[in-house]
Amino acid sequence: MAKTDDINTSTNPRYQRYRPERYSPRMSIFWWVHKKPFVKFIVRELTSLFVAAYAVLLIFQVRALSQGAEAWEALVAWFSTPFSIGLHVIIFLFVVFHAITWFNLAPTAMVLRIGKKRIPGGVIITINFLMWIALSLAIATLILAR
Amino acid sequence: METTITLEVQRYLPEKDTEPYFQEYKVPLRKKWVVLDALNYIKDNIDGTLSYRWSCRMGVCGSCGMMVNDKPVLTCATFLEECLPGPIRVAPLSYFDVIRDLVVNTDGFMDKLKRVKPWLITDQVKPVPEGEYRQTPEQKAEYDQYSMCINCMLCYAACPVAGLEPEFVGPAAIALAQRYNYDSRDEGRKQRNEELLGEGGIYSCTLVGECSEVCPKAVDPAGAIQRYKVSGAAEWWKSVVVPWGDT
Repeated sequence: MAKTDDINTSTNPRYQRYRPERYSPRMSIFWWVHKKPFVKFIVRELTSLFVAAYAVLLIFQVRALSQGAEAWEALVAWFSTPFSIGLHVIIFLFVVFHAITWFNLAPTAMVLRIGKKRIPGGVIITINFLMWIALSLAIATLILAR
Repeated sequence: METTITLEVQRYLPEKDTEPYFQEYKVPLRKKWVVLDALNYIKDNIDGTLSYRWSCRMGVCGSCGMMVNDKPVLTCATFLEECLPGPIRVAPLSYFDVIRDLVVNTDGFMDKLKRVKPWLITDQVKPVPEGEYRQTPEQKAEYDQYSMCINCMLCYAACPVAGLEPEFVGPAAIALAQRYNYDSRDEGRKQRNEELLGEGGIYSCTLVGECSEVCPKAVDPAGAIQRYKVSGAAEWWKSVVVPWGDT
């Protein structure tokens, strides 16, 4: 039957589209391991987990504060353990990586102009880093100058 | 004797293959030859059954995009000498269904292009006697970059999100939407938002950024999408803070 459909010699031919089997490539869950930019992307995304982990630690601090001096002392004691210090160092490194990679991407999302001139990406990145350093110094001064 | 270089070309003949495989061809290594020249040499002299798309040979038509050594490129703009010592692996664009050999199915991409309404939309069409829709060079510069897209689909082959989420509208189509959104003569942003602020729209993009890296026309689709995210978020906030306003 299909054969007669393929060759239609009537005055009102019905065309049949040639639809061969297509090959659909499948993506492995390890699609990101073969290319450097993809590895960097996945690492950058994973750093958000560490940012979130630090947010949880901060919430614990607020909770301890609200529970009184005893709870606070207990938390500070736990923070002083080698495990906690190690954890903080790891979190700090990932948060720094997170911040650097995102600051470097800032010009992609921001098109800023002074008059008719577009501000170059490098300037936006530099301003971000300078603000970061200035705010970090301000917070450090606030904490250390008690 | 002329030096040669080996091309490993992905083959897939739907009438007899269930899986693609690589076939080796030796082609002359000539200084001015691009990968597309090598494919044409194979087709003309070694194996006439090889299928691939090409047209202009000068980086304008956007037909000859393929994966060369696992990177999406225009084969008319990739010199054999850039790929020394070889072998050069040539495969169809990643994440697309393969119709035959190096030919991919572009239907999904064509549908996505249509979805973003890539044409000038105006609330009221000006009668012809009133003249043209005028635009200053500065207004044109706003969208110029996004109008350079040649629909070569390299950005889709570079975008893992497009591979993982087939419903994602994707880099080129969103850049094209921005080309019209930033056009001072256009009033269709709201209509495009309906398509792009929802499922499979701009927020599916996780900013891998490779689309902009592989773009042969420096369109920067990643930038176009991030700018859309910023304005999309601003519009959403505006609708929350001023719900009676026109957003």
